[in-house]
Amino acid sequence: MTSTVPRTGRPKLARFVKTRYDSARERQVLLGPETVVVLNPTGADILALCDGARSVAEIVDELGRRYDRVVDDEVEAFLAKLVSRRWVEIDHA
Amino acid sequence: MPDVTLDGPLGVLAELTHACPLSCSYCSNPLELTKRSAELSTDEWRRVLDEAADLGVLQGHFSGGEPLLRRDLVDLVGHASGLGMYTNLVTSAIGLSRPRAEALRDAGLDHVQVSIQADEPVLSDRLAGISSFEKKIEAARLVKELGWPLTLNVVLHRQNIDRIGAILEWVEELEADRVELANTQYYGWALRNREALLPSREQLEHAEKVSREARERLRGRTDVIYVIPDYYSQYPKPCMGGWGSRQLVVGPEGNAWPCLSAHELPLPRANVREHDLSWIWRSSPLFTAFRGTDWMPDPCRSCDRREVDLGGCRCQAFQLTGDMHRTDPVCVLSPDRHIVDEAVAAANDPAAAPAAGSSREPVLVPMPEVSVRPHRAD
Repeated sequence: MTSTVPRTGRPKLARFVKTRYDSARERQVLLGPETVVVLNPTGADILALCDGARSVAEIVDELGRRYDRVVDDEVEAFLAKLVSRRWVEIDHA
Repeated sequence: MPDVTLDGPLGVLAELTHACPLSCSYCSNPLELTKRSAELSTDEWRRVLDEAADLGVLQGHFSGGEPLLRRDLVDLVGHASGLGMYTNLVTSAIGLSRPRAEALRDAGLDHVQVSIQADEPVLSDRLAGISSFEKKIEAARLVKELGWPLTLNVVLHRQNIDRIGAILEWVEELEADRVELANTQYYGWALRNREALLPSREQLEHAEKVSREARERLRGRTDVIYVIPDYYSQYPKPCMGGWGSRQLVVGPEGNAWPCLSAHELPLPRANVREHDLSWIWRSSPLFTAFRGTDWMPDPCRSCDRREVDLGGCRCQAFQLTGDMHRTDPVCVLSPDRHIVDEAVAAANDPAAAPAAGSSREPVLVPMPEVSVRPHRAD
């Protein structure tokens, strides 16, 4: 299932999901019930900005500045996948 | 052979004790249960968790038996949590009082899995061998109230699989975040009791339909995971994602295993009291015995699926054929498939035991040693 992620929505990690640095694999990982996701550097950057305060549009802007390229689709697709697994929640307010 | 040792295990299953208030006929504990006096001490478990974290373990699963029977459970959960592990309690929920649950939450416990045997007390209590249904429901509500994600674990078999719809109503009512509807795997106790446990094809088709509908209905609220019984499959499961590849199990007495059932295999033991976990994982004869594909006999060796199902399950091969090197008899390409077919035929014989009735053979249950005094959780 694909979820749509509104650009005004404010994403944050679900309460029962954690991210941390895994020194054995030298990558950020996302941990949840029966779940380990090894994040690529872009994914880790996106999640680090999902603080419940920034909107999707603001996250896209921020990453665009950092990477000097357009990342809209990448951010939305990544978040949609995590929302469909309920690892990320979107505050629509 | 892929160098899986570089990646290290993702999870450790700490079987803290074999003691349990329940006595289920499909219990995954060994036929020979470890005595409480032989269990690892708190300090030994702390060291095991330290070594596991050094190996790259990210998830700590606390199980048993009933892990709540260990008085140091809160301490061990806190230790694993302090090491950055995502901590998971796998419990019957007997002994999960409010003070104990609050202490576990304060220690950093991340997730709770509660076993459910049936949808109502009479069948549930018969299957568990103890009055427990109401306590489980109460504990599941407490898990949600304290803000944990709740998984309900349901082992399906001939005697409860027809109740799957009503079980799923509880899943909805309790607002579980996940439900694992796992058909019994036939090792150890369950293999001894297979005649009473293996469902018919008709029962399975019904259960699969109901679980599929529930997956759609509960999408976005509850993850519905349905595990088919491999006796009814064409090909074997890639057991544990490959031998010694992703997970490791440590038993109450400190024996480490690549999977829950491997204690039945005629392989040299590897114990955390004698070796550190790093050596056990990387170099022990036990963990390297079936890594990769080099060990495979035909028909696996020349099969296109050898990297898909990895030869299936070594424990199943051993239990059904007496030779742990053979292709998993579940595979239709196995020369031993007739063993599985005969069991399936018996389960579908109209003269077979009725779903909820008694089998022709007596059902054996583990009688785990429990505390001499009734356990007080707090």
